[in-house]
Amino acid sequence: MLSRKASCDAHGQDSSYFLGWQAYENNPYHQVDNPSGIIQMGLAENQLSFDLLESWLASNPDAVGMKRNGESVFKELALFQDYHGLPAFKNELVKLMSKIRGDKAKFDPKKLVLTAGATSANETLMFCLADPGEAFLLPTPYYPGFDRDLKWRPDVEIVPIHCSSSNGFRITMPALEEAYERAQRLNLKVKGVLVTNPSNPLGTTLTRDELNHLITFAIAKRIHIMSDEIYSGTVFDSPRFISITEAVMDRNLEDTDLWSRIHIVYSLSKDLGLPGFRVGMIYSNNETVVAAATKMSSFGLISSQTQFLLANMLADKKFTCKYMKENGKRLKKRMEMLVSGLKMAGVRCLKSNAGLFCWVDMRHLLVSNTFEAEKELWKKIIFEVGLNISPGSSCHCTEPGWFRVCFANMSEDTLQVSLRRIKAFVESNISGCSQQQQRRGSIIGKWVSKLSSSDPEPDR
Amino acid sequence: MTRNHPSTRPERRKPAGATAMRLVVPLQGVVQGRGGLILGSLIPCALFYFLQFYMKRHRSPKPSSDPPSPSTSSSNLPELTRTSSRSSLSTRGSFGPARVSTRASSIAKQTDSLYYVGLDKVKEDPYHRTDNPDGIIQLGLSENSLCLDLIEKWVLENLTDSIMGTNGGDLSISGIAMYQPFDGMMELKVAMAGFMSQVMGQRVSFDPSQIILTAGATPAVEILSFCLADHGNAFLVPTPYYPGFDRDVRLRTGVELIPVHCRSSDNFIVSISALDQAFNQTRKRGLKVRGILISNPANPVGNILPRETIYDLLDFAREKNIHIISDEIYGGCTYGSEEFISMAEILDSEDFDKSRVHIVYGLSKDLSLPGFRVGVIYSYNESVLAAAKKLTRFSSISALTQRLLVPMLSDTKFIQEYIETNRRRIKKLCNSFVAGLKQLGIKCADSNAGLYCWADMSELIPSYSEKGELELWDKLLNIAKINVTPGSACHCIEPGWFRCCFTTLAQEDIPVVIERIRRVAETSKSSS
Repeated sequence: MLSRKASCDAHGQDSSYFLGWQAYENNPYHQVDNPSGIIQMGLAENQLSFDLLESWLASNPDAVGMKRNGESVFKELALFQDYHGLPAFKNELVKLMSKIRGDKAKFDPKKLVLTAGATSANETLMFCLADPGEAFLLPTPYYPGFDRDLKWRPDVEIVPIHCSSSNGFRITMPALEEAYERAQRLNLKVKGVLVTNPSNPLGTTLTRDELNHLITFAIAKRIHIMSDEIYSGTVFDSPRFISITEAVMDRNLEDTDLWSRIHIVYSLSKDLGLPGFRVGMIYSNNETVVAAATKMSSFGLISSQTQFLLANMLADKKFTCKYMKENGKRLKKRMEMLVSGLKMAGVRCLKSNAGLFCWVDMRHLLVSNTFEAEKELWKKIIFEVGLNISPGSSCHCTEPGWFRVCFANMSEDTLQVSLRRIKAFVESNISGCSQQQQRRGSIIGKWVSKLSSSDPEPDR
Repeated sequence: MTRNHPSTRPERRKPAGATAMRLVVPLQGVVQGRGGLILGSLIPCALFYFLQFYMKRHRSPKPSSDPPSPSTSSSNLPELTRTSSRSSLSTRGSFGPARVSTRASSIAKQTDSLYYVGLDKVKEDPYHRTDNPDGIIQLGLSENSLCLDLIEKWVLENLTDSIMGTNGGDLSISGIAMYQPFDGMMELKVAMAGFMSQVMGQRVSFDPSQIILTAGATPAVEILSFCLADHGNAFLVPTPYYPGFDRDVRLRTGVELIPVHCRSSDNFIVSISALDQAFNQTRKRGLKVRGILISNPANPVGNILPRETIYDLLDFAREKNIHIISDEIYGGCTYGSEEFISMAEILDSEDFDKSRVHIVYGLSKDLSLPGFRVGVIYSYNESVLAAAKKLTRFSSISALTQRLLVPMLSDTKFIQEYIETNRRRIKKLCNSFVAGLKQLGIKCADSNAGLYCWADMSELIPSYSEKGELELWDKLLNIAKINVTPGSACHCIEPGWFRCCFTTLAQEDIPVVIERIRRVAETSKSSS
C-alpha cells in the first residue's frame, strides 16, 4: 500500500552507523544513574559552549521575547512566511560566513537560500543539480547521512573517490580520474563532486593542493563543485580554513563558467551548537539554482521566531567573536585530551585541525585486515567497552580499522571515563586477557537481542 | 558474403532493412556480378544507418526547458519529464558544461500561477488605511490576523518563563539547542493532540503517538505524497482546490494531480460518480491512482463535507484500494451553523478501514502562526508513520518554537477563549463582507468555514469563459486595486468564481473594498 520510496531502505537508517545509536539509546551512560552504560561518542554535536549561549539569551530578553527596541514584533513574525527569508537574518549570515573565511570573500544575501537544517540544504541542492539516475563523486570516507540526502528522494547515485591512509586520506588527481572513469563504466553521468570541508569524519581542512585538484578537475569535466562547509567555524588549529570560494578566486576564475557551478552548504548546527533550531542554507552563484531552491525551501522553512532571535545574536559582533574564539579553544583542548588519552593506550589518530571528532586508527587491533574484523571490533567496543563510536565502513572507508570518535558532546569527566575504558580494553586485548569480556559479558546478551528487534533511531 | 533472401526475412526485419533488400535484388540485376553485390550491400547499409540516425534524433527525450503558455485551467507546472541519463548519455555527454537538473530549470523558469502573481503585486503597493489608501487591498492571502492580539498578549505574559527557565534543567538552552527527535518533541505531540481535539469541539480525541510534526502543512502534504505514491502515480483532487497543492504534490514527487470537477449546483461538493469517472479515465491513460486529496473544510469554497459524503469517500477508497489525504487545516475556522466533522471523528465512531486515511493539520490558520512553521501528519497506518517520521529529517520544527508552543497549546483556558473569539470575529466580518457583495448583486457559495468566501462574479465577466474571468481579475487587480484569487487558478470548471479572503481586513476596510468592486462592476455591466 505504500510507495517504493517509503518501503525501500535508501534512507540508510539501517546501516551500522545508526544501529550503534540504538544500542546507546537502550543503555545510555549516566555518571550517577548508570555508570556502566554506553557512552555516546557517535554524535557530532557541540555541547561545549552552551554556557556562552545561555548568558547571551539571559542578557537579551528582547530578542527572546520577539521585541525590537522594546516594541513587540510578534504579529509581524507570526505572519512572516516569505521563502526569501528574513532580510536581517540573511544579512547577518553572509557576514558570519565572510568572517569565518577570514574576510577573503564577500557573500551576497540574494544568493543565500535558507532551509531547515543542512540536511534539507544538501537534499534540496541535489534536487537542483542532478536528475534521477545521475551521479555525484564523493571522496571517502564520507558522512553516512549523504547516502540518505542524495539517494533517497533525489535518486542521485554516489560514486566514491577512494582516498587512503597512505597520504592522510587526501584527495588526489588520479583518485578523481579513477572515480570518474568508474562512473563512466557504470554508465552514470557525473554532475559534480561533493566535498565536506572541513571533512567529516576526518576532522581536517582541505589543503590548497586538494582544492586546486578539484577546481582543475571540475573545469576539465565541466561539472559542479558542492562544498559542505558546515564545520568551517570549528577550525581550532592551523592550517587555516580555505573555502572553495577563496580557492577559485585565487585562480582568478570568477568570470568563468566554473563560478556558476560552485555551491556551498552551511548551517549553525555545528559552529554555534544549535542543531535543534534547524538552521541551514545554500549559497550558490547560479541564478537558476537559487530560484529553484528558494521555491523548494517551502518544504523546510526556518521558523521566523528562530530567524529573528539569531539575527539579533549574530548582529552582536562582540558576542560572536568571543564565542568563536572561546569555542575554538575549548574544542582544541578537548581534541588534545582525546588524542593524548588514546596515545597512552597506544592508539593513534589522524592529525586534525577542525570538527567535533577524531579519525582514529585501530587497524592494529583487528584480528584480520577485513571489514568483518572491523565489525567484530566495533561490536566489542560497543558492548564490552561501552562506547558508541562510528566504524569506518559506515563512512564508506576503503580501509578497515578506522573509527570516528566524537569528543564535543560530553563532559570532561565522561571523556576521561571513556579513555580509561579504552586503555583497559587495549591492554587486555594485547595481553590476551579475558577479564574485560567477563565483566561486560552480561551486557552483550541483553543488548544484542534488543538490537535485533527494535527500529533504529534516526541519525544526528 | 551470403546473399540475402528477402523472401525468407522481410517480416522479421526492421522496415529499413526490408526497404534495403528491395533495392539489393534489382540492383544486382542492374549492375552485374560482384559490383552489384557490393553496391547492393553498401546502399542498404547506408540507408539503414541513415534511418537509425534519423529516428534517434527524433526519438531522444527533450528536456522540458520551455515553460508552457500561461494557461490557468490546467496546472501551470509543466510536465516534469523523468529523463533517464543512462539512455541519453551518448547524446548529452559531451555537449557543454553540466547544467542544473531538469527539475531546477523548469521550476526556476515557470511563469507563476495568477495566485502568486497577485500576491507579488500587492507586495509592491500594499494598501494602508492612512499611509497608502490607494494601494492594492489584499484579498488573496488566506491569513488570519483577527486574533493575533490575543496570542501576542499570551506570549508577552508567558514567553520568558517558557523559553528560559531560571534554574536550568529541562528549560535550559541545552534542552532546545541539541538535536531533538525529528518528528517533534513528545511534549508538543501531546499538547497538539489536546489542541486538535479542543479545536474540533472535543468531539474526537487524537492519539499523540499517531502524530508526526513537520515544518508546516506544506511539507506534510509532500511527505505523505512521497509515502503513498510512486513517481508517475496520481491523486484525484476535487476542484476547485487550493493552488498550493500543485506545488506541494507535484514539484518534486512526480505525482500527478487529476482534477475531479465539482459544480455549483452541488455547492461544489464532490460526487462519487465524478470520482469514479475520473478514476476510470485515469486508469485508461495508464496512470495508477493511489489516493484522493481533499480539503475539509474546503479551500477555496469554504464548505464542510457532509457526513454522508465522508462515508461515501471512505467506501470508494476501500473499493478502489486507495488512500485518502484529508487536509483539515481550517478545522478550527468554522463560524456557521454546521459543525465540522473530522475524518478522525468518523473513524473513531464508525467501522471503516483506518489504515488508508491520513490527516494533515497545522497552526497556520487556526492559530494564525504561519511564520512559525508548524504542521501535523496524523495517520492510523504504522508503516506510513514510520516512513513519514524518517522524512521529517528534512522538515523539522525549530526546537525554540516547539518550546514556546507546548505551554501555549496546553493552556486550555486560553485556547478556549481564543477559539470562541476567533469564530466570533470571523463570522462578523464574513457577514459584513457577504452582505456587501450581495448589495452589488454578487452571491457567494454557501460556506461555514475558512477565512474567505467564494463569490460568483460570472455576471460581471465579459465572456463566460476563462478568458473573460481573467479579464475581470485583471480589472479588479489593476483598476479596483484589490487582489482576489480567480477560480481558474483553483482549477474551477465554471468561470467567474473568485476567492476573497477577508480576514486580513478590518471592519472599516469592507466598505472601501465593496465600493471599489462596485465601480468595476458597473463598468463591467455597462460594457457587456
